[in-house]
Amino acid sequence: MKFFNRWHEKQPEKPIRMRQFIVFTQKEFKHIFRDRWTTLILLVLPILMIILFGFGINTEIKNTKFAVYDPSHDVATQGIVNKLLTSEYFTLSEFVNTPNEIENIFKEKGIGLVVVFSEKFYENLLHTGDAQVQLITDGTDPNTASILTAYASNLIFSYQQDLISAQDIPYQIKPEIKLLYNPTLKGVYSTVPGIIGVILILICAMMTSISIAREKEQGTMEILLVSPMKPIVLILAKVVPFFCISIVNLVTILLLSVFVLEVPIVGSLFLLILVSLLYIFVALSIGLLISSVVDKQMVALLISGMALMLPFVYLSGMMFPIESMPIVLQWISNIIPAKWFIIAMRNIMIKGLGFSSIVKEVAILSFMALFFIMLSLKKFKLRLE
Amino acid sequence: MEKETDIENCKKVLLGEFEPVISAKNLTKTFGHFTAVDSISFDVAKGEIFGFLGANGAGKTTAMRMLCGLLKPTSGKGKVAGYDIEKQSEQVKKNIGYMSQKFSLSEDLRVWENIRLYAGIYGVHEREIAPRTDELLRQLGFESEKNSLVKSLPLGWKQKLAFSVSIFHNPKIVFLDEPTGGVDPAARRQFWELIYQAADRGITVFVTTHYMDEAEYCNRVCILVDGRIEAIDLPRNLKEQFNVKSMDEVFQQMARKATRKAD
Amino acid sequence: MSVIESKNLSKNYFSAKSGKFAGIGLRLSGDPKSPSGDLGDGLCFEVDKGEIYGIIGPDGAGKTTLFRILTTLLLPDSGTATVDGFDVVKDFKKIRSRVGYMPGRFSLYQDLTVEENLKVFASIFNTTIEENYHLIKDIYQHIEPFKTRRAGALSGGMKQKLALSCALIHKPSVLFLDEPTTGVDPVSRKEFWEMLKKLKSEGITILVSTPYMDEASLCDRIALIQNGEFLTIDSPQNIVNKFNKILWSVHSNNMSKLLNDLRSHAGVGVCYAFGDTHHITVVDEKLTINTLSDFLQEKDHKDVVISKIEATVEDCFMELAIPKN
Repeated sequence: MKFFNRWHEKQPEKPIRMRQFIVFTQKEFKHIFRDRWTTLILLVLPILMIILFGFGINTEIKNTKFAVYDPSHDVATQGIVNKLLTSEYFTLSEFVNTPNEIENIFKEKGIGLVVVFSEKFYENLLHTGDAQVQLITDGTDPNTASILTAYASNLIFSYQQDLISAQDIPYQIKPEIKLLYNPTLKGVYSTVPGIIGVILILICAMMTSISIAREKEQGTMEILLVSPMKPIVLILAKVVPFFCISIVNLVTILLLSVFVLEVPIVGSLFLLILVSLLYIFVALSIGLLISSVVDKQMVALLISGMALMLPFVYLSGMMFPIESMPIVLQWISNIIPAKWFIIAMRNIMIKGLGFSSIVKEVAILSFMALFFIMLSLKKFKLRLE
Repeated sequence: MEKETDIENCKKVLLGEFEPVISAKNLTKTFGHFTAVDSISFDVAKGEIFGFLGANGAGKTTAMRMLCGLLKPTSGKGKVAGYDIEKQSEQVKKNIGYMSQKFSLSEDLRVWENIRLYAGIYGVHEREIAPRTDELLRQLGFESEKNSLVKSLPLGWKQKLAFSVSIFHNPKIVFLDEPTGGVDPAARRQFWELIYQAADRGITVFVTTHYMDEAEYCNRVCILVDGRIEAIDLPRNLKEQFNVKSMDEVFQQMARKATRKAD
Repeated sequence: MSVIESKNLSKNYFSAKSGKFAGIGLRLSGDPKSPSGDLGDGLCFEVDKGEIYGIIGPDGAGKTTLFRILTTLLLPDSGTATVDGFDVVKDFKKIRSRVGYMPGRFSLYQDLTVEENLKVFASIFNTTIEENYHLIKDIYQHIEPFKTRRAGALSGGMKQKLALSCALIHKPSVLFLDEPTTGVDPVSRKEFWEMLKKLKSEGITILVSTPYMDEASLCDRIALIQNGEFLTIDSPQNIVNKFNKILWSVHSNNMSKLLNDLRSHAGVGVCYAFGDTHHITVVDEKLTINTLSDFLQEKDHKDVVISKIEATVEDCFMELAIPKN
C-alpha cells in the first residue's frame, strides 16, 4: 500500500512529459493520415487552390487584344504601345480614328483594353508634366478589368522609368506616375500572399478546432481530462502536427508560385518565412480558441469555415481593395489578421521592401498571437460543463 | 403438454390454419465471402410477439433489413404482409412500422408535430390526423405534453411515444430494433403493455434484441447464432429444454457454439 | 438528515472508516438555490476498499453525473465528496492520477489500432504497456490477436475489453465504469463481470453503473438510484430480503387480458408484467393460490399457473420507486 502511494506521489519527471508529448503527437499524425479526406484537404487542396487561382488569372489575361486612340503620334505614345506589345499580356488589334468608335469596338471585336492618349502627349510630358493617358476596360468584369489596367499601368510606369534613365529629367515625370499608377496593384502577383493567408487559416484554425472538438464528441476528452496529463502538453501535441503541415504547405505554395506561376520573390526569404510563421501562430491560436468554446465537430467546421473564412477572404484585401470599402468594413478589416499578413507579404514578396516596412504589421500580428494564445489557454476547461 | 398451451396464434401457425404474416424460406444474405444470414426459415403469425435474438453480429439486423425490403436477399424467399420482399418491397414498406433503438423521433419537434410528421409520411388521411392524435395522447396520458419538445421528455415517455408513432398508420407488422435499453423498470413495463395492446389489435410485433430479459416477454423467440437459426420456440419450452430458469442462461449455452467471434 | 448533518457524517466516515471513497451530500441536479425541503436531494454513500459497488438505475437517473463528479470532471453544486481520501474539488489533480475511468460511450480512438490505443493511454497516464502488462494481461490477451486492427472495427465485446485495458493500464486504485455493459451481448457481458471479479481480488475498488437490474446481484453492494436520489443502499441479498410483501407469479394463455383481470381483483396490490409471467403483490392475506386460480378460470383463462416466488432486485426497485409516483 505504501509503495502504491509512493508510486502515485512520484512527480512525473521531464522525460515522462516528453514521452507523453511524443506519443500524443504521433497519434495526431495518425489521425490525419488515416483519414483520406483529411489528408487530401491538408496536402492537395492548397496545391489545387494556388494552381486554380494562379492559372485562372494568368490565362485570362494573356494575349488580350487592345486598341489605341492616339491623336499625338509621337515618340512617347509609340514607346508605350511598343512596351505593351513586348509584354505577353497584350496584342495590338487596331488604331481607332475617333473616340466615338471606342464603344463599338468593345462589343464587336472582343477587345479588352483601349489606350487613349491625350493630344501632344510627349510635349506635355516633357514640359508641363500633364500628359494624360486613359485606360478603358470592360467594367462588367471588374476583376479582369482591374487586372488589365494594373498590367497596363505597370508597363506604362516602366516605360517612364526607361525615360527617366535615358533623359535624366526625373522631376518632370512625377505627376504622370501618380496619375497612372494603380494603387491596388491587382494581379497574380498580389494574389499569392492572399492565397497563402487563406490556406494557412484553413489548415491551422479549422483543423485544430475540429480535431479537439472530435475528442470531445467521441468522449476521449473525458479520459484525457481524468488523466495526469497537463493541458499544455495536450494543446502542444494537437498543434504541432498542423504547424508542420502548414510549413509543408507554405513551402509548396512558394515553390509553385515561383516556378509554375513565375511570381518572383523579390524581397528577403528570411523575412517572408518569419512573417509566415508568425501568422501560423495566430491561426493556430484562433483554432484553439474556437475549440475551447465548441463541443461538436460540425460547429467547429461551421465557425471556422463560414464565420472565419468569409471575412478572411473578403475583408483581408485579398479579393477587394480595402481602400474602396465602406468605412465600417475598413475598420473591421483591421481585426482580420490576414489583412496585416497580406500587406506584409506584398511588401516583402512583390515590392521587395525590408523589415522597416513591415514593423507595424509584425507588431500587430505578434500582439494578436499573444492575445489569442493567452485567451485560449485561459478558456481551456479542466472540467466538463 | 406445455407446447399445446400458450398462445392461440402459435398453435394456428403450427397447425397451418392461416397464412402467416411474415414468412421466410431459406433466406440467405452473403457479403463477399461472408454469409451474414445463412438460409433461415420461419413463420410469424398475426398478432404474435416474435423475438429475434442473437449476439452482436449474429445477423439479426441483416435479416430484419431483408424483411423490411431494405436489402435484397442473395437467395431464398420472404413474404411480409402477403408481399414478396424482393419484388414488392414498396408494398411491404407501406404495411410495416419501424422503431429503432434511437426511437426515430425528431428531438427538436413537439410531440404533436412528430405525430403529424409520421402520419404524413405514411399517408394517413389529413382529416383523421388531428382527432387520432388527441386520442393517442389521451391513451398515453400525454395530453399535457402535446406541445412539449420531444427532447424534454423522459426516456420512458419517448419510447412509448416512438412506439405509438410507429403504429399510428395501423401497419400489419411493426419491427422493433433493440427497443428498450436503459429505461426504468416501471416505464419498461408500461412499454410492454403497449406492445401487448398492439398485439391484441392484431398487429404483429417483431422484436430484435440481445437483452435476454426482454426475450422473456415475447410469445415466441428465435435464436440466431452465426447467421443460422439455432432454436425457435416458446421461451418456456426453451427454458425447460435446457433446464434453466432464464432465457439468459439458455442463450449463454447456445451462444457458446458461436464461432464468429471477431466480427 | 439534512445536508449539514451529512457534512458532519462525512467527517465521521472520513476519519473512522478506511473507506476508499466517500461521497456525501452531493446534489445532483437542478438549481442549487431552489428550496429543497426534500432531504433526498443529496446523495450519501461510501465505498469500501476492494468492493464492487453498483449504482443501479435507469437512464437519466443521475448515474453519469455522479460519476463525473467523482472523477472530478464536474463540480458538485453542494456537498462534498472524497475519492481515496482526496477531495474531488480541491485535490482533483491527485485524484486524476489515481483513478481509472471508462465513460459511458465507447471512448477510444476508432482510427487507431488496438495496440496504438493502449500505447496512447499508457503514455498519458505516465506509464508504459510493459510496466503494467501483468495487470491487464488476462483481459488484453483476449484481444491481443487483433492488436493491429483498428478499434472502430472491433465487435462490441472486444471494444469493451480494450476500453477496460486502457482504463487499467496505469494501475488505478479506484476504477469508475459508467455503464460498461450497455450495448454488449450477453456472452460478453458475462465475461466482463468475471473480469471485474478478478480485478476485485487484486484489491482494486470498482464503482460500476448499469441500467440492468439483473447485473445487480453481481455486485457486493448496490445503490438503487432514480431521479437523482438513492432509493436504497445495501447488499443485493439484503435488499431482496427486505422485500416484505407476498409476491406471486401468474401465467395464463392470454397474458394481455390477464393483466387487466388481475388488476381488477381486490386482493391484488400491484400487478406488472415480468417476462413470460406477471408478478403480483398480494394485499389480502386470505387470498390463496387456489381461489385466485378459480377467479381467473371464471374469466376464461386457461392453463393458469400461479406460484409463490422470491423477489428479485427488479421487484424491489419497482416497489421502492412506486410510492414516489
